[in-house]
Amino acid sequence: MAAPLLDVRNLTKRFGGFVALDGVDIHLKPGERLGLIGPNGSGKTTMINCISGALFIDEGEIVFEGRDITALPAHRRARLGIARSFQIPKPFRSMTVIENLHIPLEYAAWQRIEHGRVGELALEILERMGLADLAHTNCSDLTQIDMRKLELARALAAKPSVLISDETMAGLSSGEVDEILEILFALNEGGVAVIMIEHIMRAVMRYSERIVVLDAGRKIAEGPPDDIVRNPDVERVYLGE
Amino acid sequence: MGRFWIIAATVFLAGLLFTGTVDNEFYFFSGYVILQGMIMATAWNILGGFTGYVNFGSAGFFAVGAYTSIALNQAFELPLPILILAGGLVCGLIGLATGYLTLRLKGIYFAISTLAMAIVFETFVNNWEYVGGAAGAYVLTQVDKLFFASHVELLFMVMLMIAIAAVALARYLSTSRIGQGLTAIRDDELAAECMGVPTLRLKLISATAMGVFMGMAGAPYPFFVTFVDPISAFSLFIAVNAIAMPLIGGTKFWYGPVIGALVLGLTQEITTVTISSELNLLIVGVVLIGFITLAPGGIAGLVQDFRRSRKG
Repeated sequence: MAAPLLDVRNLTKRFGGFVALDGVDIHLKPGERLGLIGPNGSGKTTMINCISGALFIDEGEIVFEGRDITALPAHRRARLGIARSFQIPKPFRSMTVIENLHIPLEYAAWQRIEHGRVGELALEILERMGLADLAHTNCSDLTQIDMRKLELARALAAKPSVLISDETMAGLSSGEVDEILEILFALNEGGVAVIMIEHIMRAVMRYSERIVVLDAGRKIAEGPPDDIVRNPDVERVYLGE
Repeated sequence: MGRFWIIAATVFLAGLLFTGTVDNEFYFFSGYVILQGMIMATAWNILGGFTGYVNFGSAGFFAVGAYTSIALNQAFELPLPILILAGGLVCGLIGLATGYLTLRLKGIYFAISTLAMAIVFETFVNNWEYVGGAAGAYVLTQVDKLFFASHVELLFMVMLMIAIAAVALARYLSTSRIGQGLTAIRDDELAAECMGVPTLRLKLISATAMGVFMGMAGAPYPFFVTFVDPISAFSLFIAVNAIAMPLIGGTKFWYGPVIGALVLGLTQEITTVTISSELNLLIVGVVLIGFITLAPGGIAGLVQDFRRSRKG
């Protein structure tokens, strides 16, 4: 087995007396596509917040490329190559679409890109995402699907080795879901490992090589999609006894 | 040398020429007041406009700068440039502390805490007998007026230099990579942090820069008015102007506060002479409400919209 790119061990996160994540282990191999599912409130978004550094954890450790990043602030993790999108898109609203991409290029990816090529790189990413025509549109004027694409484009502009996609497809039509899936497949082929959090089972089952199921802050199952759909614990969590 | 520095040098030389040719001291008093507003507004905008953290305690920074000057002058009779640097240093440290406040306080809570901070400083000065306490302090103007015809001309040129420095720094911050990071923080701090922007460090830089220039704006003030008491140094007028000028000029642009200070400052000076000085605050209020409701981007924002609509 290849050394893991990201190794989360015994992650525990409490909010006051509430245990949001309770000793969860998750690892991710380079270039892997991992699905993270679970009912509402099971701790998926908390998990992302802990990995990206938006929240500090109470116990456990997070190792990225062999380096302990547990104590690093979010911006340092982004610089190392961990990028995320947000469930509710968080564009920089006063900026145009292309300016939104300048931020991760000039900060997260700054040490890894040629400084004179920021504009070019931003446009390249927009072209890949099918947003090139909207480059100079103010991002408050975007449609939902374009907003989601921008969210992914911006994460991509951070030149990550891991992309965590937090419910990028929620609320989209079936055709739009396929569109986003294609983008994520293409990204992965480019060598980016992806953690996909998603409620749309069709999408997550098709996309993931391996799935981790969370329930009430614990990992209850892990394995290839075919095994997960037949797992009795998963069935119980989703459908009841 | 860029266009900005050519304009800055021209403004500086024009100021010198002005002191050499005009005798009526009124113009230098007025000019001083407008420049003081410009420095305060530019400093306020570095944190409030670029980064989105609204500071209601500007008068507190200004007064601490003024009182640092009074205390050090009384103790050691230091020359004015040293007093200005000292005022900038003390207020820069307070600015830095304010920057750390942003770790826990956002939005309205941050704004209120800055207001509270100003009240704490005012209470402190009110009870500090060495600088006159609540009764205030008389300050003798410094003897050395260099080659200027009067002391107020010297102070006018000092303020002009500080204003140029403040605007140059604001311009640098807003046009550089740092400025992009500050804008990202203003739009969405968490998203900025996750895109690699060192949000805390940038907030500390902008809060410190704000403090430094507010302190430097306050330091020469005792020599300008020769009598300072807490009520005048911590005046609402100073705090309101520091917010109103950037809002009127346009908070998203480094030159917004400059435009705002010229427009509002001149209006105030003209009203003081032609109508009454009591009308000043009323005018600020009315103009401010007008801009906030009709043109939230300020004058610079209006100009930008107009240009875009002509292009598009």
